[in-house]
Amino acid sequence: MTLEQLGVGETGIVKEFTDLEMSVKLMEMGCLPGEPVRVSRIAPLGDPIAIQVSGYQLSLRRFEASTIILQ
Amino acid sequence: MKADIRVALVGNPNTGKSTLFNALTGLNQKIGNFPGVTVDKKIGYSPLPDGRRAEIIDLPGTYSLYPKSKDESIVFSVLAEKDTELTPDLVVVILDATNLKRNLLLYTQVADLKIPVIIALNMVDLSKKAGIRIDIDKLAQKLGVPIIPVSARRLEGIGELKAAISYANKFALQQSSIDVKGIAPELITAISNELPADNPYFALQLAHQHEHLKFLTPAQSSRIEELEKEHGFHTQKAQAAETIARYNYINDVLYDTVKTPVTAHDESVSNKIDKVLTHKVFGFVIFIGVLLFMFQSIFAWSEYPMSLIEAGFVWIEGILRNVLPAGPLANLLIDGVVAGLSGVLVFIPQIAILFAFISILEDTGYMSRVTFMMDKIMRKVGLNGKSVVPLIGGFACAVPSIMSTRTIENWKDRMITIMVTPLVACSARLPVYTLLIALVVPNKNVWWIFNLQGLALTGMYVLSLVSAVIVAYVMKFVLKARERGYFIMELPVYRMPRWNNMLFSMYERSKTFVLEAGKVIIAVSVILWVLSSYGPGNRFEKIEQKYQQPQFTKTMTADSLARVISTEKLENSYAGVLGHVIEPVIKPLGFDWKIGIALITSFAAREVFVGTMATIYSVEGDADRIDSVQDKMRNARNPNTGRPVFTLAVAFSLMMFYAFAMQCASTVAVVYRETKDWRWPAAQFAYMTVLAYGAAFLVYHLLK
Repeated sequence: MTLEQLGVGETGIVKEFTDLEMSVKLMEMGCLPGEPVRVSRIAPLGDPIAIQVSGYQLSLRRFEASTIILQ
Repeated sequence: MKADIRVALVGNPNTGKSTLFNALTGLNQKIGNFPGVTVDKKIGYSPLPDGRRAEIIDLPGTYSLYPKSKDESIVFSVLAEKDTELTPDLVVVILDATNLKRNLLLYTQVADLKIPVIIALNMVDLSKKAGIRIDIDKLAQKLGVPIIPVSARRLEGIGELKAAISYANKFALQQSSIDVKGIAPELITAISNELPADNPYFALQLAHQHEHLKFLTPAQSSRIEELEKEHGFHTQKAQAAETIARYNYINDVLYDTVKTPVTAHDESVSNKIDKVLTHKVFGFVIFIGVLLFMFQSIFAWSEYPMSLIEAGFVWIEGILRNVLPAGPLANLLIDGVVAGLSGVLVFIPQIAILFAFISILEDTGYMSRVTFMMDKIMRKVGLNGKSVVPLIGGFACAVPSIMSTRTIENWKDRMITIMVTPLVACSARLPVYTLLIALVVPNKNVWWIFNLQGLALTGMYVLSLVSAVIVAYVMKFVLKARERGYFIMELPVYRMPRWNNMLFSMYERSKTFVLEAGKVIIAVSVILWVLSSYGPGNRFEKIEQKYQQPQFTKTMTADSLARVISTEKLENSYAGVLGHVIEPVIKPLGFDWKIGIALITSFAAREVFVGTMATIYSVEGDADRIDSVQDKMRNARNPNTGRPVFTLAVAFSLMMFYAFAMQCASTVAVVYRETKDWRWPAAQFAYMTVLAYGAAFLVYHLLK
């Protein structure tokens, strides 16, 4: 399952990425394998989403979230 | 100014870096550009407790040394390039104590460059409040660097930080974080052997970034490229491996030094605010409300200071007329220079208030929520959530807004934003609109609360946004994307705005405006005055001679004779000749040659319009009678028909022209600086002129 499929308030743990280019950027921002992520809200128009990771809030588009595979 | 030690401030965005910079340097700072690039370079000076002076360079906020945008790319260059006037002796890395983990990534990268470094641990007050317990001594010991706890916004720990800067070592004593060489052993050895790269992480960064580094010669850069191929170096894989290794190290460091309480995320204040501000319905209602409040305030609050400035200039003009002997010099000074100056300074209240709002919106974290909410809509029209900031800023001035597009990582999104930002109704158009609306739209209320003039003005602002969106949508299909767009962005915790930062921003932006735009406007005013006061050949003498004949002197009063003479002189001046040259082109828009003069001069800057009108009509009228420009224009008659020049159709046609035409030399210059290619400003100029002509033509013929 990917991060994109989580609903608001649901938590998962990052396992791996399907996209190398995106993964480099996500990992820099603290979104690494083994790290718990939690969907904190979805933008009013359904995209992007905001997640809680590494102690702060990060926003990313649904497509970007779909490249993050959860455990 | 000479300084004894050079210090670079480095840190993530939203860590209070600018606040710390202001706290260290006070007003003792200046803004320039880094050599060769248009990234704002903020340099300030700070006295140290031992009597020495430190030069502080504020580098753009970044999450890592791997740049994702133009601004960020400067950070590594400044840190890495040896023996320049910017090379720091010491780096102060600012870490947000409430979010140490992600902040430490950048620290470990800087530390591995082996530049002397100290840590300013900011927001310790907030982290304490959040229940985060940091064992600072142990952390400092593990990292091998001094850590100074500060609270930049409360000005706590600043003295200690200055002391630490003055005691700082000349050598890098910090612990190495990760095994850099393990990432690409052969390549790092090869680069270190062939280039002056004295430490492995520097060599690795050269491998990653050599294409963008200005201090490498083309030969060096292509040699690195060859070495990369030889050793099978894959930049993204190497970066991924490095990032994972760094976070492993950081987890290790934080394991026994930082205790974070396990609080439910939902309880945080920030989250409660977010529930309202990014709500499906309220979110947009509040956003529109904020925008409306902003524009209402810009107009309402600036009215009084603006009238004060205007009154001040009328007063100065009066004094100068009394003091100076009448003649060309006095006229040049009063009608040229003073008129030009007042045209510049009168904008200061509006610009200052607008930047106060933008600074508050960014400081509080609300701007990134707007970006978050608007991304989907903006993407539909070829823009990016981050385009919202330049577009809103465009209401003040396109110049800083176009510079602020550097935060947009995606090339295509950034280009489209740059291309459409000048369409947004900037503050320079405001005096043109208010003047023309006051001329032709009655000051009446409809439906009890809506003022007709206010509605017309609102209409112009809405039109500007709609046209920007439509043009962006068209460009989405014209431009080809260079790379994939992405939108990975921090949503910072809501914070109270820092009033100091707001005041700094108001002061800085106004100063930049006065210095940059002011030069152009005063130059144009002077040139315009010369052009309208002198004519080719002996035309002026002939006019004088003609009206000395008895058929004029006997039948006309001295006053009306003088008026007729000056009108004819203006028509025969260089400006009049130019105006007549373009008259056939602008006649279909309802404009005469006098408006033509204003159009020509306005291509330097829109706000010159009002000054030009004042100059043209005061040259024509009685110079001693100090009328407002508006009265002068209201009284203007077509000499052939005797009917008013500024009818509803002409005024709105003019407003359409000013809404769409690229009449701003500063914007053209800044677009060139940002794109480094003349074709961009040229294309922009062309499409905007076509739009302006078309819209003005249409409106004139619809309303005529």
